[in-house]
Amino acid sequence: MTVRRISDWPTWSWRSPFRELERMRKEMDRLFEDLTEGIFREPRAGVYPLVNVTEGSDDYYVRAELPGIKAEDLDISVTGNSISIAGERKIPAEDEKAKYHRREREAGKFSRIISLPAQVDTARVEASCVDGILTVVLPKSEAAKPKQIAVKTM
Amino acid sequence: MAQRDPEALQAKGKREMKPTAEQTKPGPTFNPAVDIFETDREITLLADMPGVKAKDLNIDLHENVLTLTGEVEPPERTEEVDVLREYQIGTYYRQFTLSEVIDQSKIDAELKDGALRLTMPKVEAAAPRKITVKTR
Repeated sequence: MTVRRISDWPTWSWRSPFRELERMRKEMDRLFEDLTEGIFREPRAGVYPLVNVTEGSDDYYVRAELPGIKAEDLDISVTGNSISIAGERKIPAEDEKAKYHRREREAGKFSRIISLPAQVDTARVEASCVDGILTVVLPKSEAAKPKQIAVKTM
Repeated sequence: MAQRDPEALQAKGKREMKPTAEQTKPGPTFNPAVDIFETDREITLLADMPGVKAKDLNIDLHENVLTLTGEVEPPERTEEVDVLREYQIGTYYRQFTLSEVIDQSKIDAELKDGALRLTMPKVEAAAPRKITVKTR
């Protein structure tokens, strides 16, 4: 195997060019993570809707962008530590004489199950849909809530 | 693996765009998905802008350029911690050049469940006007 040295590249030692490559790769990963705020994940293929899950001290919040979907076309159910969001997006037919220039919005059925990091109190789950954003508030079950432990002194 | 319904909706990440002018507010800018169709009388535009409130939506038609801008306020409260983030929140922005002459006074916009419906009636065909050239 031949290792070609790139001239005018002072940091590269011809003995360990791969170490430098590794360093660059790590640097790129770090940069990429910064750009995408760490937690952001590329959506996987075949799922709808995309969701954001956040955690407060007492609740989990599941949010999804569902533009143009009516509340009655949504079916949400919760079991223990997972939530299922199903429904159908309908785009009503327009005037048949209408000539389409662009058609980017899509209609269809969807269903998705999202697992939550802990058990939730299924009886107190609430969902609302405002301005095309679905928000589901899932209160944590008593066992999953953080508890303050007082340290005793002897 | 479960069979997938061929008609099932598939999520497409929002289309992020690079604004031509620098933004005053930080955060990404997205191109909303639109449907545009035309009849003899009007042009209708449907745009998906989830999270935009009517007061934060700006529609501007100036010299045949239609500009849609929608600001989104993050719904999360400050004490919430991210667990999973699959979509990002940002401003919606899209511009179109209209070839037809639109009657500005009759434009109608309706924002419902995060979907905008913009109806733009075309100007009535102007009556031909004879111009007489004066001679001195």
